[in-house]
Amino acid sequence: MSRKANDINRSIMKKYTPVIKVIPNLRNAKKQTIKLSEKTFEKIEKAHNFLTDVADVFLFITRLTKETFSRDFEFREFLRQCFQVGYKALPLISVTGIIMGLVLAIQSRPALVHFGAVSMLPGMVAISLIREMGPVITALICAGKIGSGMGAELGSMKVTEQIDAMEVSSTNPIKFLIVTRVLAATLMIPLLVLYADGLGIVGSWAGANIKGDVTFVLFFSQAFSQIQFIDFFPAVIKSFFFGAVIGLVGCYKGYTAGRGTESVGIAANSAVVLSSLLVIIIDLIAVQITDMI
Amino acid sequence: MIVTQIPTIAPAKTNSDKQVIEINNLRKGFDQQEVLKNVSLQLFNGENLVVLGKSGSGKSVLIKCIVRLLNPDDGTIDVFGENVSSLNRDGLGELRKKIGFLFQSGALYDSMTVKQNLEFPLRRIKKDLTQKEIDEKINEVLENVGLSEALDKMPSQLSGGMRKRISLARTIVVDPMIMLYDEPTTGLDPVTSDEISSLINEVQKKYKTSSIIITHDIECARATANRVIMLHDGEVYQEGKLEEFEKSADALIKSFFK
Repeated sequence: MSRKANDINRSIMKKYTPVIKVIPNLRNAKKQTIKLSEKTFEKIEKAHNFLTDVADVFLFITRLTKETFSRDFEFREFLRQCFQVGYKALPLISVTGIIMGLVLAIQSRPALVHFGAVSMLPGMVAISLIREMGPVITALICAGKIGSGMGAELGSMKVTEQIDAMEVSSTNPIKFLIVTRVLAATLMIPLLVLYADGLGIVGSWAGANIKGDVTFVLFFSQAFSQIQFIDFFPAVIKSFFFGAVIGLVGCYKGYTAGRGTESVGIAANSAVVLSSLLVIIIDLIAVQITDMI
Repeated sequence: MIVTQIPTIAPAKTNSDKQVIEINNLRKGFDQQEVLKNVSLQLFNGENLVVLGKSGSGKSVLIKCIVRLLNPDDGTIDVFGENVSSLNRDGLGELRKKIGFLFQSGALYDSMTVKQNLEFPLRRIKKDLTQKEIDEKINEVLENVGLSEALDKMPSQLSGGMRKRISLARTIVVDPMIMLYDEPTTGLDPVTSDEISSLINEVQKKYKTSSIIITHDIECARATANRVIMLHDGEVYQEGKLEEFEKSADALIKSFFK
């Protein structure tokens, strides 16, 4: 058996020795465990690590929820984070929003012209933007910009002992760093989505005018005449969930980063990957729920 | 108030028999490695206790256990007669207000100016102070560490020595009763190291603090120690006055003091 397998073996035996002592039937398990192959030990270790991670996430969310509703809310830091999350993402969201609408209009127009339904263009683009493209693309952009930023910032604070310094200054780092960031992301990302939707419609008007000729007022009135409450409301609600998950994942990855500088990069990277994946999954669930309604 | 010559070692206070920290049979390990095996020590009122040891001997882990940044596996830590492990979050918060911790890296908040760094603990620990009193206190401690001009600078604009001094200022701004220094002179040139050692002695005199100074810098130990403890392999290897260490025939101790 390799040295690594022996190490893992020792570690597992150390952990479960009390269990083996307590339950007589498990006493013989010691001999059997030693005979297990290296692959089995690796699988056991992976399962153990996975369950530990799940427990850590659960505890983190529990503590976060508790701190969110406790006394002494860090309002100034919350406002600062709203500024960081909302205002500083505006240029990127502006460009993305306009291009999103522009591309959608340019791509859709030929097909609609083919069926003689070009007058449907404003309504179709507006519904696509508000129901799906605006929230998802804005959330994915924010996962990249805001989620990675939070992961890297908190990760580097951990590496340079700033979070420890905060703790010994009698400041609760969960309340000061995490609650404020998660709430700011939850509140600001729906606003950014609405902003991106608005600019997307402006962009689609510009796209429609490249080969067509429609006034801004007519385009807007046609667009909004097709939009109903059921198009708008679920999109806003899911945007809150997108914001919460981006803030939560970014903060969790940063806050639980390791001590080395390498872990800062890992925290930032995994924050983007995981929050983007969760955005897509939440979107899928939201679409199913909306469809049922 | 930068002192160009290191003051002579301050004698321990007359009420030095009063313990402020008492650690008994402390054990702490990570995964399969036991870092602290059986450490017992006392810090007496008003003294500077230097904890010497090689890198990885568990010195930093020891002081992190005192403020419960790390939870001990076994043993007891009493600070001002209170068992640190048994304190709830509020109790721990109150205890931490009496303890200043100078981190090895300085741990200044990157996103804040020097002034905001100093305001941060002050606003949270001394909540009844007015803005004018906060400003006065900040100016006073910055003057004490000789960096009044750095008030509006960002940490990234400061040199290593300046960061350490600002970090020290941030620690003493809340008038702690106990100071824990984690490698205060590591990574600094000899001149700046001497300045930091002088500041440690000045803090002891001016703020009447009791301190544990974790270091492997013998010059810092010589400048600041009232008493010395050497950690080796997770255990207390030797304890005594600095002079006893200097005269010791033990090979390990000699390798430090050559």
